Amino acid sequence: MTEVERHGFDVVVVGAGGAGLRAAIEAREQGRRTAIICKSLFGKAHTVMAEGGIAASMGNVNDQDNWQVHFRDTMRGGKFLNHWRMAELHAKEAPERVWELETWGALFDRTKDGRISQRNFGGHEYPRLAHVGDRTGLELIRTLQQKVVSLQQEDFREHGDYEARIKVFQEYTVTRVLKDGDRVSGVFGYQRESGRFFVIEAPAVVLATGGIGKSFKVTSNSWEYTGDGHALALLAGASLINMEFVQFHPTGMVWPPSVKGILVTESVRGDGGVLRNSDGKRFMFDYIPDVFREKYAETEEEGDRWYQDQANNRRPPELLPRDEVARAINSEVKAGRGTPHGGVFLDVSTRLPAEEIRRRLPSMHHQFKELADVDITAEPMEVGPTCHYVMGGVEVDPDTASSCVPGLFAAGEVAGGMHGSNRLGGNSLSDLLVFGRRAGLHAAQYADTAGDDRPVVDQEQIDAAAEEALAPFSADGGENPYGLHQELQQSMNDLVGIIRREGEMEEALQRLATLGERAESAGVEGHRQFNPGWHLALDLRNMLLVSECVARAALERQESRGGHTREDHPAMAAEWRRVLLACSLADKPVPGEGAIVLQRKANPAIREDLLALFGVDELKKYLTEDELPGAEADLPPQRADVDADKKSENGAEH
Amino acid sequence: MSYEATFRVWRGDAEGGELTDFQVEVNDGEVVLDVVHRIQATQAPDLAVRWNCKAGKCGSCSAEINGRPRLMCMTRMSTLPPGETVTITPMRTFPVLRDLVTDVGFNYQKAREIPAFIPPQGVKPGEYRMQQEDVNRSQEFRKCIECFLCQDTCHVVRDHEENKPAFAGPRFLMRMAELDMHPLDAAGDQGLDRKATAQEEHGLGYCNITKCCTEVCPEGIKITDNALIPLKERAVDRKYDPLVWLGSKISRRR
Repeated sequence: MTEVERHGFDVVVVGAGGAGLRAAIEAREQGRRTAIICKSLFGKAHTVMAEGGIAASMGNVNDQDNWQVHFRDTMRGGKFLNHWRMAELHAKEAPERVWELETWGALFDRTKDGRISQRNFGGHEYPRLAHVGDRTGLELIRTLQQKVVSLQQEDFREHGDYEARIKVFQEYTVTRVLKDGDRVSGVFGYQRESGRFFVIEAPAVVLATGGIGKSFKVTSNSWEYTGDGHALALLAGASLINMEFVQFHPTGMVWPPSVKGILVTESVRGDGGVLRNSDGKRFMFDYIPDVFREKYAETEEEGDRWYQDQANNRRPPELLPRDEVARAINSEVKAGRGTPHGGVFLDVSTRLPAEEIRRRLPSMHHQFKELADVDITAEPMEVGPTCHYVMGGVEVDPDTASSCVPGLFAAGEVAGGMHGSNRLGGNSLSDLLVFGRRAGLHAAQYADTAGDDRPVVDQEQIDAAAEEALAPFSADGGENPYGLHQELQQSMNDLVGIIRREGEMEEALQRLATLGERAESAGVEGHRQFNPGWHLALDLRNMLLVSECVARAALERQESRGGHTREDHPAMAAEWRRVLLACSLADKPVPGEGAIVLQRKANPAIREDLLALFGVDELKKYLTEDELPGAEADLPPQRADVDADKKSENGAEH
Repeated sequence: MSYEATFRVWRGDAEGGELTDFQVEVNDGEVVLDVVHRIQATQAPDLAVRWNCKAGKCGSCSAEINGRPRLMCMTRMSTLPPGETVTITPMRTFPVLRDLVTDVGFNYQKAREIPAFIPPQGVKPGEYRMQQEDVNRSQEFRKCIECFLCQDTCHVVRDHEENKPAFAGPRFLMRMAELDMHPLDAAGDQGLDRKATAQEEHGLGYCNITKCCTEVCPEGIKITDNALIPLKERAVDRKYDPLVWLGSKISRRR
């Protein structure tokens, strides 16, 4: 029998980024005893890397903005594949979530009349992103962290114990979600510091583990982004949707090699920065796709005027959604019009005074000065696409964030549906807050209904999880996990990257199968105390599972849409919009065939009053004939908005 | 262009340890953390080191490089003396866990002891109004990435374990200044005097403004000049203002 450190809580939140902390705060405020588990130190989560801002239609800068416009932009950005209900809830609730942060001590940049300032961003019709310079993610994480601390102080005053109702387990990693029959019963994992195992018994588990970027070679993501939550959900019996949609942020650093992939915020473009190729041409004007043609400027002059006068001009095409810009940069470089280091030029130095650049983009200025010896107030940056975000994730109920496994919830990047095939910049931080809160709320309610009938942790599962975790130590002469990881990253980058082809993805799946077998015998040196080699060996399981999901779904989807571009199927197909590809774990995996099975599911039809927010001409670009309003088709009966809300609040709508 | 460098890395745990030499390849444009990662991937897979973002935003990879507290991800190899051995040791002020990883729990404990932001009564979410010029100062302090290099370098606690219980350190004294300068913090309405608390409960008096914290801050925050000195001045104002003194005596009698 395995010796483990044991704890009991009502709600366990796995991950301490924006979604995890917001979920934990909510669960604790609902009166549930809540545990937060984080792989790193508290306050270091990947959310700190978010630069641009939080999208919320507060209308502080342009009072034309409202949730309907935000909803529209989000659906357009996601090419209408988004779960409409998630996009609706997100657009409606984002302002409240931002305002609430101020009551917890957040200090956003201000407008002249003292309200929260909002900036322009790709795909957003109005200035919409609440921000703090270009370090908005840090402000978000610190505010939530400090809110957790304030709740702990409250508990200390009441109970004499800071950790009476909310406890942070930092540098703990979860390797398995435990179950009692169909239901979640807790989590199993190891502590980094000592290498010892732990179990937290709890009826409700919220996954908020972020993304999967570490499966790719060029990425803006940190070491933590190994797809843990995606894999944990699969292993617990949940399904993942939209995994083929991976966002390559158009502007990552390309030089020096050691920083390749590190993010250059979209705010550079939002604040006036332009993209040029090696001929000095602003090439984005050549890449405006038909669906967006009426919304974007046709000349540099019009684009430039837009920064001052948005009512009478159209936005410059540098502010197209990220997938469009990334593909355009890719094409320019391929056509031989790239920079010396294989990117394109992003220039703000000729667009704004140096002082203004330092004020608006302080961390970009710092980052380029320190890491690349480039002064962005005097010379252009070199940038290229970098793997940034996965739109796909755990299939959840839009209102409650619950997966199909009772007691298992997911929020933030690890959840799928909200962003469809492509996420707009700024919509991630708001997603974390809106659905983090919902996940925490519904996990707390679910834990409450468990009452005396709490699930029981099964010792056999603990023993099996421990055995799995210790395997790398007994693989004598096994392969170096670092080498395996590099091969995986190279394969995904080369074969399932920004532009995809059938043959290459088939090859990727073969390579993944081989890597999977080799990873089983990955070996590590040393002992269990803070051993990065061991941790990586365990993370490989997760990265391989999610990589297979990405490759399998990408191979299946024979169209190009958002973060999925097929060279052999370059057009977007309305029929495919109705299809969601769901990945789940195969019951009986066949050796060499992979571990994942793929299933086609119907994308729920968009509610009629929401469809009515778009013109029919626009809808025709995305929807099939029989889906269009007024068609005889099987659209759901129209309901009043209020009714829909009421229904969902009590979780009736699944 | 690449060359071979000698890295001398402290390896060990709470029981003790020693500096270990590694011959390792260094390429153009790399930072110290890249080289540490190469050592990990090729020579010492169990070398313990914290890191996350590798872009100077998370403050995880703090260590002492040639004796100076720095972020490994923001220290370019080209800025170090060429041809000389690079020595990397864990932060000295905190107990070693393993290799370059230290127990920074001290900081989390101190963070808990600083009273949180107190929202103003009667101002609803969405109704907060503040001028940019009034939030600039606190925003400067909120740039802090909690790398704890200032805590590491501060001589009050660096070699003085005995001072730790009474001293919050520059990072958390700055946090008090940040809240004190927040235009809408309602601490006063609740009878909380942040300046007095900094002085009386969190050891502001220990600081003798040598500015070591400011020097090591990777975010370039003027911790001493903008946070600690103003906090000290105001704390002193209050402490030695006879009217305030009288007032505090009277109100204490209630």
